[in-house]
Amino acid sequence: MTEGVAAGAQDAGTGGQAQPGVPRRVSVDAIRQAVADLLVEANYRVGDDVLDALRQAAAEEQSPLGRDILEQLVANYELARAERVPACQDTGLTIVFLEVGQDVHLVGGDLREAVNAGIREGTRAGYLRNSVVGDPLLRQNTGDNAPGVLHVDIIPGDRVHVTVACKGFGSENKSRLAMLTPAEGIAGVKRFVVETVDRAGAQACPPVIVGVGIGGSFELAARLAKQAVIRPINRRHPREDIRRLEEELLEEINRLGIGPQGMGGIKTALGVNVEVYPTHIAGLPVAVNIGCHSNRHLDTWL
Amino acid sequence: MAIELCIEPTLPPGDIQRLRAGDQVLLTGELLTARDAACGRLARVLAAGEPLPVDLRGRIIYAVGPTPAKPGQVIGSAGPTTAARLRPYLEPLLSAGVAGLMGKGDWPPETAAVFQRFGGVYFAALGGAGALLAKAITAVEVVAYADLGPEAIHRLRVERFPAIVAIDAQGSDLYRQARQAWRRPAGSGPDQGG
Repeated sequence: MTEGVAAGAQDAGTGGQAQPGVPRRVSVDAIRQAVADLLVEANYRVGDDVLDALRQAAAEEQSPLGRDILEQLVANYELARAERVPACQDTGLTIVFLEVGQDVHLVGGDLREAVNAGIREGTRAGYLRNSVVGDPLLRQNTGDNAPGVLHVDIIPGDRVHVTVACKGFGSENKSRLAMLTPAEGIAGVKRFVVETVDRAGAQACPPVIVGVGIGGSFELAARLAKQAVIRPINRRHPREDIRRLEEELLEEINRLGIGPQGMGGIKTALGVNVEVYPTHIAGLPVAVNIGCHSNRHLDTWL
Repeated sequence: MAIELCIEPTLPPGDIQRLRAGDQVLLTGELLTARDAACGRLARVLAAGEPLPVDLRGRIIYAVGPTPAKPGQVIGSAGPTTAARLRPYLEPLLSAGVAGLMGKGDWPPETAAVFQRFGGVYFAALGGAGALLAKAITAVEVVAYADLGPEAIHRLRVERFPAIVAIDAQGSDLYRQARQAWRRPAGSGPDQGG
């Protein structure tokens, strides 16, 4: 690095503007700290979008048992916030999305190691659970809840967007992907989404949040579904036809009768979020990522 | 309205037989925890005819992996995990004398008959309410498989721990009944799909 770059750049958090053509320096240490803080906070404070939806569902649910369950869930989230404890014991596999501005120069160490260090730190400081095995087949607990899953994307600008999701696996296990044909179209997509929630049944901790990724390739559809499931459920898709699809899916899912905790009722899902992307002339990939009601995610800009 | 059940430290067969799917219960006494890894080990020990690390007869197994206790807490958050993953271990556990399991979610369709055959019961605890449920736990101690961390077998002391009888010893299954009762015809729902 030249002296000029070092002198012209501003560290993350100082609020300074980078000079034109000079990368802004962001320390991986700031990313580590952000991951640790967001991880703890997300586990203690489920989002207002979910809490509001649960309150509304409790008011609308027709099943008395379902209503009772929804009220207890609201009480649980209020308690977790007030006492600053994890709302759910499954504090999740940590999924980190980093959107890095193309005018950012990451300094101070290995980015991936910084993210995992943040996960370790947040887990320890927040009294979160060690829920990670170091190998999927040998299955030895790593003892520090790391590593997480890291997705990195390059975006315009000179800032870094850090999103941390704590993904519980009761619901993750019920997620599915299908490579539909173009002929199956929107009806095929709807059938697959509703069928996936139906098969998830009581095991995914309903009322669930459903993330749907349509298009792209095999792996991108799954990633879109993940991005969909962590979009706040009170933020609708900008496209009118996709918004309508989200609403229709929610209505059909709530006709399944699974209800809160699978004990019957009209509130099987709190929300359905759909993300779309261009795809191949031969294909119609669709991925469904199921989120439990404890849909925890937070983000910040550095 | 809820039925008070005493598990000191076993649940008497008479009490189990009286429970019906849909009953709301409050459990007081002792639970053993075991989830995926611990149940796997127990099943292997049973298959090999080796001694168990803890007497399972008459006991209720709670499928939970709690978070660590914060200073001043008895236990961290401690809600149920999905019980159906323990399906491969169900017959070994029930035949070893386990009186019941507690977790969240339904089981594959034929499972209610397994509980019936062994006279066992399945309690559903409130999934995702780990902070709330921890309030009903008054003591905790690791009794086996400490190396499994959150998946170790813990002995829990509970006071009026809330649960719902989801499958009773007669093989009645609350989840299936609820589905049938609440399902409404769908336009392009799963009934048309494969």
